[in-house]
Amino acid sequence: MIEILATGPQSLIQDLGRPGWSNIGVGPSGAFDRASLRLANRLVGNSETAPGIETLGGGLRLRFNEPTIVSVTGADGPLHVITNDIPRPTGRNAPLTLAGGDVLSIEAPTRGLHSYVGIRRSINVAFTLESASTDTLAAIGPTALVAGQRLTLANAAMTHPPIDLAIARSMTGPMHVIRGPRWDWFTDEAQAAVTRHTWTVSPISSRIGMRLVGAYLERREPNRELASEPMVTGAIQVPPDGLPVILGPDRPTTGGYPVIAVVVDSHLDRLAQIAPGDPVAFRVIPLE
Amino acid sequence: MTLDIRSMGDRALLVATQHPARLAASIESLTIVGVIEAVPAAETVLVRFDSNCDRKSLQRTINDIDDAASSTTDTTHVVIPVTYDGEDLGDVARMCGLDIADVIAIHSAILYTVAFCGFAPGFAYLRGLDSRLTMPRLNTPRVRVPAGAVAIADQWSAVYPRESPGGWRLLGTTTMSLFDLTRPQPATLKPGDTVQFTPISPVAGSTA
Repeated sequence: MIEILATGPQSLIQDLGRPGWSNIGVGPSGAFDRASLRLANRLVGNSETAPGIETLGGGLRLRFNEPTIVSVTGADGPLHVITNDIPRPTGRNAPLTLAGGDVLSIEAPTRGLHSYVGIRRSINVAFTLESASTDTLAAIGPTALVAGQRLTLANAAMTHPPIDLAIARSMTGPMHVIRGPRWDWFTDEAQAAVTRHTWTVSPISSRIGMRLVGAYLERREPNRELASEPMVTGAIQVPPDGLPVILGPDRPTTGGYPVIAVVVDSHLDRLAQIAPGDPVAFRVIPLE
Repeated sequence: MTLDIRSMGDRALLVATQHPARLAASIESLTIVGVIEAVPAAETVLVRFDSNCDRKSLQRTINDIDDAASSTTDTTHVVIPVTYDGEDLGDVARMCGLDIADVIAIHSAILYTVAFCGFAPGFAYLRGLDSRLTMPRLNTPRVRVPAGAVAIADQWSAVYPRESPGGWRLLGTTTMSLFDLTRPQPATLKPGDTVQFTPISPVAGSTA
């Protein structure tokens, strides 16, 4: 059994989401940083698709009332295992063997924003539309974790933990984007501004969308209306105020604002690790 | 015919078409390797694919689909009983220069088609609204629209499946469940379905 002692700003159960339900207005949701959830699961011998815990910032504290193996991936930062009230610093991106009664304590990240806790055998959680993910916009899936809540271990382990340590990914350099379907709706200045500016992520950001500040992106015809279009995660929408929003995994399935550019699939996980105030630069790359 | 097909990132194409629901159904029926889903909206279809799919050959395949000729798959006809007691019914009638009874008669006489779903789970955009009833959204959206609210905005009608914020004009309410996660198919309405509203309150003798 796992007892949630503290959750930090937001802790959610996430797996790889529920793709394929957009036709009825249900978005993909799932781990914001998919590769980190996969790694957290691999490190403890779970299937990569098993549900884990995604936590924003620091403050999540979990007490494990039985021996188990866990891992913490995603953001970088201090991590402690507390045994009999004595905290012991330990490392991320590796399997951690816990004794019954141990507390796992995730401190505020020094780099990145979202951490992922992989738990051997995973946790018992109800599946909705084939996924255990919490969709914060659609209110589908488990509710956010709260202090005092208890979770039980499932029986989903696949193998023995195959690796001891994972090498962290490189997350530096500009984010690669492809011109969006409505690139030509924007002025030459706006098109140039996408790559010329170093943008900043606003605190008004979430799993639904990340708001950027840095420049105002103007349309050639400000009053032209766009009929609702289907959206993708990573689409950079520009509302009438000119400040772009990058859509995250809990985005709506359709949107009425023109998309100037779209983050490439291989860089989507990086979005999860950009904290409010962090700089973001883009490079427009051609499709092969 | 060459369709307007644009890239939506490196894992999706956006196709302009006059028949989004039909084209999306045609694409899904082909079960193309690597295609995750085909999603219709008002004037476009999004085709999402994974790394097993070749974008250029997918583009050719989509171009070869004759969307005007393709037959629709299993669509259903759904009759939705409505109590026309919406908060905006009087305003809509006044702004359209009609009696409330006319608004109800016009709204419930139309055979609508589900163009696409969006905004919220199970929220279906119903095409076919009579031009006498088209009017813009509210300037200030309501913070809370109840589940089952039957509403109109621009050229669309819809039913709010769950309580949510919303800027559409409310004509009435239905007790029919439009979205229920305990059902194998949670959404009552899917793209391509046809819909009709049946008044269950007296049409005549309005109290405006």
